[in-house]
Amino acid sequence: MTETVFHRSKADLLPERPPPPGTAGAVGWVRENLFSSWTNSALTILSLYLLWLVVPGVFGWAFLDAGFAGTDRTACEGAGACWAWVDQRIGQFLYGFYPREQTWRVDLALLLLVPAAAPILFDKLPFGRKALWFSLAYPFLAVLILLGGFGLEEVPTDKFGGFMLNITIGLAGIIVSLPFGILLALGRRSQMPVLRLICIGFIEAFRGIPLVTFMFTAALLLPLFLPSHFNWDLVLRVIVVVTFYAAAYIAEVIRGGLQAIPRGQYEAAQALGLGYWQSMRLVILPQALKISIPGIVNTFIALFKDTTLVIVIGLFDILNIGNQMVANPDWLGLGLETYVFISVFFFVICFSMSRYSMHLERRLDTTRR
Amino acid sequence: MQDQTAAGPIIEIKGVNKWFGDYHALRDINLTVARQERIVICGPSGSGKSTLIRTINRLEEHQEGSIIVDGVELTHDLKNIDAVRREVGMVFQSFNLFPHLTVLQNCTLAPIWVRRLPKAEAEATAMEYLERVRIPEQANKYPGQLSGGQQQRVAIARSLCMRPNVMLFDEPTSALDPEMIKEVLEVMVDLAESGMTMLVVTHEMGFASQVADRVIFMDAGQIVESNTPDEFFNRPQSDRTRLFLSQVISQ
Repeated sequence: MTETVFHRSKADLLPERPPPPGTAGAVGWVRENLFSSWTNSALTILSLYLLWLVVPGVFGWAFLDAGFAGTDRTACEGAGACWAWVDQRIGQFLYGFYPREQTWRVDLALLLLVPAAAPILFDKLPFGRKALWFSLAYPFLAVLILLGGFGLEEVPTDKFGGFMLNITIGLAGIIVSLPFGILLALGRRSQMPVLRLICIGFIEAFRGIPLVTFMFTAALLLPLFLPSHFNWDLVLRVIVVVTFYAAAYIAEVIRGGLQAIPRGQYEAAQALGLGYWQSMRLVILPQALKISIPGIVNTFIALFKDTTLVIVIGLFDILNIGNQMVANPDWLGLGLETYVFISVFFFVICFSMSRYSMHLERRLDTTRR
Repeated sequence: MQDQTAAGPIIEIKGVNKWFGDYHALRDINLTVARQERIVICGPSGSGKSTLIRTINRLEEHQEGSIIVDGVELTHDLKNIDAVRREVGMVFQSFNLFPHLTVLQNCTLAPIWVRRLPKAEAEATAMEYLERVRIPEQANKYPGQLSGGQQQRVAIARSLCMRPNVMLFDEPTSALDPEMIKEVLEVMVDLAESGMTMLVVTHEMGFASQVADRVIFMDAGQIVESNTPDEFFNRPQSDRTRLFLSQVISQ
């Protein structure tokens, strides 16, 4: 059989022409985007003026007029920021009270995160799927490196602190809350009433009560109620609470994604003979998760920032360490510098997550390649 | 396939009734389909024709009566349902290709995970069927990049890759632009000529008279008339059929 093809001879077609001058290239872009109308031009000029007002001032405060050396507050005479404390305190900000001669273990755990995360985050890497075995082993390896044992000096979790504590809680929460949230979302849509009810109860309970309340509960009340051999580690309890909390949100985000998948997709999978878990894993979830990426990453970012709430139960994360320093007589009055410094850490991580999610959305877009 | 069943009918539907809530959607359906038989089912919308073929692979559950496909009765037993679904292919009005997978991956997914074929073998089979539906060159594209007619042909190939004994078509050309209907019907005619057992819900009366062994007319959940295309189109027996035909053909 033949397909109908419309044969056009070149002579019938008008020849291609280049676009009119000033509409393509850099000049075209500026014209199109910055000066396309009077209001647009006014906004462009106003924005440039505001940048001119703000940027030199901030830059001067943070770098040009700033003091970088010294052992206490008096070392900084300039009008700008005082960064002299950084050199002295950076260890505490990063590692808390982790033994100084052991901090290489924290660095190592963080360094190993790169090969562990890479095969999950990016495709087309060497070693292919085999590299995922390392990703799977990483959480256990990291716990071993950080806590010690097997010849390594043991470091109890009450020595954990600083940004390392934020990353530990945040990363553990992210790793566990996604699969847990997926199961909750599937459970909430299950045909089995009991399972559905349990999932709804769990989700609504964790969404309906503030995280701080759960932190207090975990820190103060659980030890009273649980028998003493249940005396779980405080950091572990915090991780569990943060994970459950994030999982409840992720479950709802993913439920939204699941509802966006047309019924025909389920039916096509069924008609081909795929079972429930096969259809979910191979057909439904890849599509539902793709739709849910912005919401999932949103939840991850919120989770990571919420790790600073451990301050209320007396853990020394980076923010609490900053608070201690602001109150220290040697460095009194350096609140702005301290919080700017801490903000940079959070911003870099959260902004990276945001950029990565946009990259992922583009990579998974199968409609426009 | 097996000797003891090869001679008997491939589908036996006896006294099937189905309700959606209070709505009586299928009423006392009796239908026996012989191997390699090609049946076209037509009728006004809401007459139960889609529901009927969807009960054959248990996308819809019937409440009364029995449906036996290739010797396996459809009950609540998941093993039986799985067995029937492996043997019965289905093509939908809205294609229902998996948009996150390439054309080739769409075609190899079920053979790999349900039939447990090695990937290379599944791909070879898939390319064979993609050639049969005349779009092997699109194998590495995503469904979203294809026209409706091409997508429907991929959907047919995807079903065929499971090497089914029966193919169900649920209004396969209703969502297509007129110029694409032809390319899909050509593929279906080829398939019919190759000896596939087919149940086709369609309003394409040209297709019915060309390939069907039997045309079934349904209305209000019942089979009103069942006859050869020649008898059905030229000497319809019920007034309801005559009315329907006059409406379809005058279009």
